[in-house]
Amino acid sequence: MIKKLNELKSGETGVLASYGSGGDLELKRHLLGMGFVKGADVEVEKVAPLGDPIQVKVKGYSVCLRKEEAKNIEIEV
Amino acid sequence: MANLKIGLAGNPNVGKTTLFNTLTGLNQHVGNWPGKTVAQAKGHYKHNGNEVEVIDLPGNYALSAHSMEEIVSRDFIVDEDADVIVNIIDAANIERNLYLTVQMMELGANLVVALNMNKYAQDKGYTIDANKLSELLGVPVVEIEANSDTGKEELLKTVEQAAQNPVNTTERLVYNNELKEHIAELQAVIEEDKNLLDVPSSWIAIKLLENDEIVEEKIEGSSKRNNIQAETKKVKDHLEGIFGEGSEEVIANARYAFIDGLLKESLTKPNHLKVSISEKIDKIVTNRILGFPIFIVIMYAMFEIVFTFGAPFQDLIDEFFGILGDFIVGSLGETMLSSFLVNGLIGGVGGVLVFLPQIILLFLIISFLEDCGYLARAAFVMDKLMHKFVGLHGKAFIPMLLGFGCGVPGIMATRTMENEKDRLITMLIVPFMSCSARMPVYLLLVGAFFAANQSLVILSLYLVGIIVAVIVAFILRKTTFKEMSAPFVMELPDYKLPTIRGILMHTLEKSWGFIKKAGTIILVASIVIWMLSYFPAGVEYGSQESAIGTIGTVIAPVFAPLGFGEWQPAVALAFGLVAKEVVVGTFSSLFGVAEEGAGIITAMHGIFTPLTAYVFMVFVLLYIPCFAALGAIKQETGGWKYPLIMSAVTLVTAYVVSFIVYMVGLGLGLG
Ligand SMILES: Nc1nc2c(ncn2[C@@H]2O[C@H](COP(=O)(O)OP(=O)(O)O)[C@@H](O)[C@H]2O)c(=O)[nH]1
Ligand SMILES: [Mg+2]
Repeated sequence: MIKKLNELKSGETGVLASYGSGGDLELKRHLLGMGFVKGADVEVEKVAPLGDPIQVKVKGYSVCLRKEEAKNIEIEV
Repeated sequence: MANLKIGLAGNPNVGKTTLFNTLTGLNQHVGNWPGKTVAQAKGHYKHNGNEVEVIDLPGNYALSAHSMEEIVSRDFIVDEDADVIVNIIDAANIERNLYLTVQMMELGANLVVALNMNKYAQDKGYTIDANKLSELLGVPVVEIEANSDTGKEELLKTVEQAAQNPVNTTERLVYNNELKEHIAELQAVIEEDKNLLDVPSSWIAIKLLENDEIVEEKIEGSSKRNNIQAETKKVKDHLEGIFGEGSEEVIANARYAFIDGLLKESLTKPNHLKVSISEKIDKIVTNRILGFPIFIVIMYAMFEIVFTFGAPFQDLIDEFFGILGDFIVGSLGETMLSSFLVNGLIGGVGGVLVFLPQIILLFLIISFLEDCGYLARAAFVMDKLMHKFVGLHGKAFIPMLLGFGCGVPGIMATRTMENEKDRLITMLIVPFMSCSARMPVYLLLVGAFFAANQSLVILSLYLVGIIVAVIVAFILRKTTFKEMSAPFVMELPDYKLPTIRGILMHTLEKSWGFIKKAGTIILVASIVIWMLSYFPAGVEYGSQESAIGTIGTVIAPVFAPLGFGEWQPAVALAFGLVAKEVVVGTFSSLFGVAEEGAGIITAMHGIFTPLTAYVFMVFVLLYIPCFAALGAIKQETGGWKYPLIMSAVTLVTAYVVSFIVYMVGLGLGLG
């Protein structure tokens, strides 16, 4: 099943399936550089105390991003 | 015997600066990249008779045209004739780190890879075969420990050998056949214009496929631009057709595929990573319930230490200069020389040094929080609030908080923000936080006019500052800084025990930098103010007859619409540029009364009504921050542009807001 990264609950894992169309090009480039490529394992580790941003494990390290920034990333769970 | 030049490149938090310090010791100089607001650290060392210049490049994850930091690093590799680029890699995060390595190889950089943090990699269960990795990459790989001499000798020798025998790293990259073929097609068209070939044509081809604005612009200037653009479009469409995703993603995937290939042969890792210490610490530190209280306690402790522990030392410095001044007047008498020494020179030097205790304490703490990894967590916890209300990065919180104590450390703390736009906006709004130097002004006027509601009135001023900061940040984001949109996406580095040496070096460098750069401005400004107050010869210091008094009298009518058109407030505001608390001292000397007591209160009632006193306080809160703050901004941004913008923005803001407050007050019949 495909879910958006921002919809994953803390502890949920999946594999990056694709970037949805649209979305900021700059952001996509940055995310690609940080390891968010097709086929990468991702795990949502936690959500910040105020509900945003989220902390995600990818390529063996932790990165945080806002839900707004995660919503274009599609995850196969 | 040769002169060599090397650059240290790598992801953020991999130990570049630590290695830089280990290599250069105190032989370093921190400035800005020419014409940029990005900091540049340069240093040198001698080894085997070679004189080696070292440049600590900004930390990057990629080399796109994504941020000023990335552009700086990329330009360095392209334009500066560095002999070797030392690529420092965090062995515990080797996969992601190699992504940058690959991009530097695309540029043909003459690389030496330095594997750092090997202990953390071992803790994670990683075993890296450095020889194998070196063989596959075609560049030397050396294991080091940046915070000690482990591996240093070998690294230095390897660097010297690499400088002698540069390798073309571009040739070692292998992307999948489909992509390789199309890059080659595009390359052929690019190579028709020899003027473009100061960088590898394959790099230009890749950047065009990545929609890199800077390279696209360069192509606009080429004689073959039509061919190149047409071919680029063709290849892009083709790749999209085959892979079903944008050409950028195709390239990113190819890079990671290359890295996967490398690591299959050179890295063994356990099937299941055990829960790391960092993850355990984060269970508490960024916990949903505990995250906030912990953050607040740490911030409170920082505030206390910086401003409370700093205060006695500041008083000591103040006292010392007071005694020195008295001594000078005592031995020289009331001469021009003694006036210059006491009011001009000591006033200026004292004005610089008085900040030193705070700055030293601040940087001890900030360096610790940053190096150990907490700062990133603080940003994670605070981001929602900061983003929602100020439109800024979570990291903007700390500078703004410090701004309530003093704008100078607040401005300097913006150093922790990697993104240029966020940093600049934060720097420009920090001075709106009501710093402690405004307090004496409030206390004087609130005591004189609002004795019944002191705290409430002062609180309202703090709120005015915060609201104005939010509005100014909003306007700046919609106008000047519109172009530079910045994603939040941020690494949460593993917690590490920082090294004392690293923290001390950082603190020393910042404090010295402040004294040197901001100090010059404060000193010069203080001397100018002194001259304006002393001359024409014979007049009383700072009186209406002095140059500054004349200026005050001339500009006073400008403030008439705000309700205080007398010459004294104008002069007081001019003096307040040195430091805002000087406004109080100026009033007392202009009226020839003590700084406290009935005399000055009567004097204040002579020129202000409650309403205009409040408007005056609003103006003092918002107008040009002191010279020290402007000096700090100049130091941080490396030029006069931002201090001048700051001065203009604050003057306009102060005038407009004060005018509105005055009009509203009159409208409500408070006049
Ligand atoms: N244990 C250990 N810590 C290191 C080493 N190198 C750097 N660090 C720590 O890693 C953190 C980031 O280092 P820094 O040099 O600021 O990284 P930069 O962002 O690449 O300049 C600091 O806390 C350093 O003390 C090392 O070799 N061993
Ligand atoms: Mg650094």
